[in-house]
Amino acid sequence: MVAAPAIVLDGLTKRYGALTAVDDLDLEVASGETLALLGPNGAGKTTTIECCEGYRVPDAGTVRVLGLDPRREADALMPRIGVMLQDGGVYPMARPLEVLELFAAFHADPLDPRGLLERVGLGQVRDTRYRDLSGGQQQRLSLALAVVGRPELVFLDEPTAGLDVAARRDTWAHITELKQAGVTVVLTTHLLDEAEQLADRVAIVDRGRLIAAGTPAELTHRDGASVGVEFSVQAELDLAALSAAVGAAVHRVRPGTYRIEAANDPSLIAALARWLEAEDVLLGRLQAGKRSLEEVFLQLTAEAGDPDRADEAVAP
Amino acid sequence: MSVDAPLGVAPPTRRGPTPRTRALLAQTRMELRLLVRSAESLIVTFGIPLGFLAFFSTVDVLPTGDRDAVDFLVPGVLALSVAATGLVAVAIQTAFERKYGVLKRLGTTPLSKRGFLAAKGLAVAGLLAVQSLLVVGLAVGALGWRPTAGLVVVPVLVVLGAVVFTALGLLMAGTLRAEATLAGSNALFLVLLLISGVTFEAEALPDQVAAIGQALPVGALGVALRQALDGGGVAVGAVVGLVVWGVLAIGVASRTFRWEP
Repeated sequence: MVAAPAIVLDGLTKRYGALTAVDDLDLEVASGETLALLGPNGAGKTTTIECCEGYRVPDAGTVRVLGLDPRREADALMPRIGVMLQDGGVYPMARPLEVLELFAAFHADPLDPRGLLERVGLGQVRDTRYRDLSGGQQQRLSLALAVVGRPELVFLDEPTAGLDVAARRDTWAHITELKQAGVTVVLTTHLLDEAEQLADRVAIVDRGRLIAAGTPAELTHRDGASVGVEFSVQAELDLAALSAAVGAAVHRVRPGTYRIEAANDPSLIAALARWLEAEDVLLGRLQAGKRSLEEVFLQLTAEAGDPDRADEAVAP
Repeated sequence: MSVDAPLGVAPPTRRGPTPRTRALLAQTRMELRLLVRSAESLIVTFGIPLGFLAFFSTVDVLPTGDRDAVDFLVPGVLALSVAATGLVAVAIQTAFERKYGVLKRLGTTPLSKRGFLAAKGLAVAGLLAVQSLLVVGLAVGALGWRPTAGLVVVPVLVVLGAVVFTALGLLMAGTLRAEATLAGSNALFLVLLLISGVTFEAEALPDQVAAIGQALPVGALGVALRQALDGGGVAVGAVVGLVVWGVLAIGVASRTFRWEP
């Protein structure tokens, strides 16, 4: 028997005044799957998951989470989900341990709050007021609050926003553990490497519409042969000269990033390397035979709207 | 910092029923802790009423009519305590909980909105019980006050007042910006303290101001409490006034309260 999907969105539409934040969105999340909702700021990611969490009433369409209506059947749903909001949601004057103990008391069979605090690295600050924690510590407490009830499904809205590199790795490890424990994870991010690293499936949304969905491999291998060879350098290149040297057309994708429109091939790479050596240009990144998720994302969001905005959206 | 230890997050194979009583008590405990953790809240809920009672009972400068200041002040200070907790402390705390997204975050926990409001109510009741005991204890123990009547009616009136003021406080907290609630509830408290005839005889005020003061909930509660303590039974007009305020506040608050920042 195939497990029922964790989430089914059917024609979900949500408007704020004249703005359509989510536009006729269909999406299914399988039980146990990790789905990344990827999109520029304002794409409708947060609105989508807030409809799943019961915060927003859809203007049209239906939302089923664990088979339940998040608003009318909240009492049955809330014990089974965990939520990490984009910011805050914790009493500024409260201390991590007492907040975690409070949330544990809401659940029938919670994790041990003290142990959980240690494991997210907040053991040392368990009696520090929330408002005195660093941004990264607040984020980790928020993650702990989302999982203390041992949920079957967690919503993580930008779980690594504002974290430094080490803290981001730790959070990734925790999310991976959730996944291994069979928890369904829905996370929003505008970081492509995060989506690539964590997600079984990526759903790209832009202007409230679902513009692509698939595994990272599916998205990056689409129309494989025409992918070309993409590389980045810290210099402006003479496109005509390079094109003559490698015997294929060359395009500038954006400043510092170029694409050779030819199939991946050892002699092509050798020709590129020789030319770069002659020009004394240091190679940054080289990607052959597969597009980066970033490129897919840029192309799709550019097709869906004006390209400037898409470029902006993925700027770190 | 590196985190190697696993979280141990596997969902339970069989989930027990949501522990409603435990959740309610835990939330109540948190509400109470936060109320007493804020110095501003302690000053308004304990400092001002008790300070008023002690100071003006011993320094006889207020126009309190032809009786002992303490006899006049105890019902007024009880009314003030109720207003301080419901209208000021709870309003401000809840307003900032809304501003900081705490109310929103609680919306995706198994604690229902009803459970949340029940916890607020229990916290108010707990705080008021302590306030009332301190007011009465101070009056009896140090100021020579001897209550003769109203031992049944007074607690009922305090509870009624608590419902009215908490509803008014939540009405502000759920509609205004947190900063506006902070300023507004403090200003309102000060005005009510001056025009309600609870801290000095209303006859000292201009007639229209006194009439307005008596119609507002602090004045009405003060009148009702004073009549009960004086052995005059239930002040029907004042109690009806309070009930009307309560119905209005609850009706408007339940329609306009916003949980989100």
